[in-house]
Amino acid sequence: MDWLNILSNSASSIISPATMAYALAALGLAVHFGYAGLLNMGVAGFMALGAYGYAISILTFGFPWWLAMLVGLVASAGFAFVLGIPTLRLRGDYLAIVTIAAAEVVRLLFLTTAFDPVTGSADGLSGYHGSFRDANPLPDGNYGFGPWVYSSDQWWVRIVGVIALALAVVLVWRLMASPWGRVLKGIREDEDAVRALGKNVFSYKMQALVLGGVIAGAGGIVYALPSAVNSGVYVTSLTFFVYTALLLGGAATVFGPLIGSLIFWVLQTLLSNLLPAMVQAGILPFMSQIQAGTLRFILVGVALMLLVVFRPQGIFGNKKELTFVR
Amino acid sequence: MSGNAPGKKKPTASRKKAAVAEAPRPSAPKQREKSTGLHIGEAAPGVAKVDPIIVADGVRRTFGGLTAVDVEHVEIPRGAITALIGPNGAGKTTLFNLLTGFDKPDAGSWVFDGSSLSGVPAFKVSRMGQVRTFQLTKALGLLTVVENMKLGAKGQKGEKFWHSLVPALWRAQDDEIEERAMRLLTKFKLDAKADDFAASLSGGQRKLLEMARALMSEPQLVMLDEPMAGVNPALTQSLLDHILDLKDEGMTVLFVEHDMHMVRHIADWVIVMAEGRVVAEGDPVTVMKNPAVVDAYLGAHQDVDLGVVTGRYGDGKAGAGVTAAQIEAEGRAELEDEEK
Ligand SMILES: Nc1ncnc2c1ncn2[C@@H]1O[C@H](COP(=O)(O)OP(=O)(O)O)[C@@H](O)[C@H]1O
Ligand SMILES: [Mg+2]
Repeated sequence: MDWLNILSNSASSIISPATMAYALAALGLAVHFGYAGLLNMGVAGFMALGAYGYAISILTFGFPWWLAMLVGLVASAGFAFVLGIPTLRLRGDYLAIVTIAAAEVVRLLFLTTAFDPVTGSADGLSGYHGSFRDANPLPDGNYGFGPWVYSSDQWWVRIVGVIALALAVVLVWRLMASPWGRVLKGIREDEDAVRALGKNVFSYKMQALVLGGVIAGAGGIVYALPSAVNSGVYVTSLTFFVYTALLLGGAATVFGPLIGSLIFWVLQTLLSNLLPAMVQAGILPFMSQIQAGTLRFILVGVALMLLVVFRPQGIFGNKKELTFVR
Repeated sequence: MSGNAPGKKKPTASRKKAAVAEAPRPSAPKQREKSTGLHIGEAAPGVAKVDPIIVADGVRRTFGGLTAVDVEHVEIPRGAITALIGPNGAGKTTLFNLLTGFDKPDAGSWVFDGSSLSGVPAFKVSRMGQVRTFQLTKALGLLTVVENMKLGAKGQKGEKFWHSLVPALWRAQDDEIEERAMRLLTKFKLDAKADDFAASLSGGQRKLLEMARALMSEPQLVMLDEPMAGVNPALTQSLLDHILDLKDEGMTVLFVEHDMHMVRHIADWVIVMAEGRVVAEGDPVTVMKNPAVVDAYLGAHQDVDLGVVTGRYGDGKAGAGVTAAQIEAEGRAELEDEEK
């Protein structure tokens, strides 16, 4: 087994755009689920709208990269708003059902051939990097050390990703430390009690849904920055992966989603390199290399179940701050 | 969770002040004067009040075939303590829900302090100065006790999305609110628990917290749904005192209670409901002699103390020497005294 290669790939994923994208999505979900108690099962839909909003704005409308990003964020915000109007007055479970279905509708709309000239249907979209890379202030060449050597364009993606993540973390942290965050946490605990205290619960839930949606949309944009957009990515299992990352770190924390995404991706990369190598080395004689590649997804599912059962508050969460069993 | 460990807590300046300001409470309960002359004419269901804070007309609420509330006319007197009594299922909680905007009636209208409340959402009702608590306590478990309290304050600048991002805009107000919260917590003897999660409180303490939290909004009318249910008998007296204090501070209180002893002790006016209707009204002494009341309410439980029925005195060891039988006997003696 090529241990050096396996470990280097895993270490590299620490600052991969995918990790940052997950961290953003998980942070958005923390606002929804961890702080406001909104069971959003359509994270993939928010990310898809961010990503497609960005790519389509550039390819179809010729927007500059920053305006395209704004379009992606606005699209996610609009999605949140539209989903919120009918569901936020209903019991919590309805939001889960509606979001999971709406996210699928979004994905299928991007997949169908009806809008092929705009969405690229099954092929997805690519080649929208010109404007973004032109804005790259770094001179050409490769930089970095050890496993973290990247071209200037790759660094540019990571820098923008880190900036987005930092902004989102500061925003969520400030909000949750404020009276606004207090109301939100109160709603998570018992919305009728908060209503009885004179707070417009619907409005707060809507604000939280839009805020978290925009942050998840930013995650979708960062996911799309380095290469391409394809509807096959924004499936429901993406939502569950983001949940895994969130629960790993702690749902009602600001840094939990970050650390959770990091652990998630380092482990994913490690397993996706390690398991096939183990098959090759004859350690897992009962499966093929391809089977070994999918084994990691089974392990993710098992990990998610174990987490919810044994450590629902995540690694960083306070045991009492978030539990599923009341 | 040990926020009340002495070395761990760091009370802010405002919290210390609040603790110092608190004078020791006199231990002997004093009988306070009842408000009288609240109604106009003969006390009967729907009787007009001299100064009503709530006037409800034709309020009806049905659940399928069941008419839970069917109140022709009722007025709640301002500045007094009104008890709403009636057997389980009489529609008391449903009436609370309707009056506070948590439920919508099939028909009817009601006016609070001069403005119509029909169709007004619950949060606006609360902002107008009419707050309620719930029969099933709603402590916000994973917020600390003091956070629970601060949530009750009205008109907070930091509760607006954009303002919340600039602490300079709301910090001063927030400190003020915290000071007020600590004062109230001290009064309710919950100050030692201020930094604990509300989930760690006992059932009775949660009732106290919910009431204190409602007071944070400085309401005109406080509606308490079974405030004494599940409260340790040792705490009941202080809870009754708190309710009497509310009246002294100029608030109006409407509360649901099953225990006649307590109703007699603190209520200025009693409204009796049965099967959704108001069947009797009057001052506590008169009402309890009313045959309609004995029929509808006392009849079923005459031999059992209602505190026992509602599970309040079930826990013998918490009673600090007071047993259900004792309280019951006391209640009967009092009843007999007044009948002479
Ligand atoms: N949401 C509901 N759905 C159906 N029936 C209800 C509902 N709420 C209350 N009821 C019924 O209405 C009646 C009055 O209930 P409630 O107001 O809770 O009584 P109380 O508080 O006086 O004990 C009861 O018969 C109860 O079963
Ligand atoms: Mg009730």
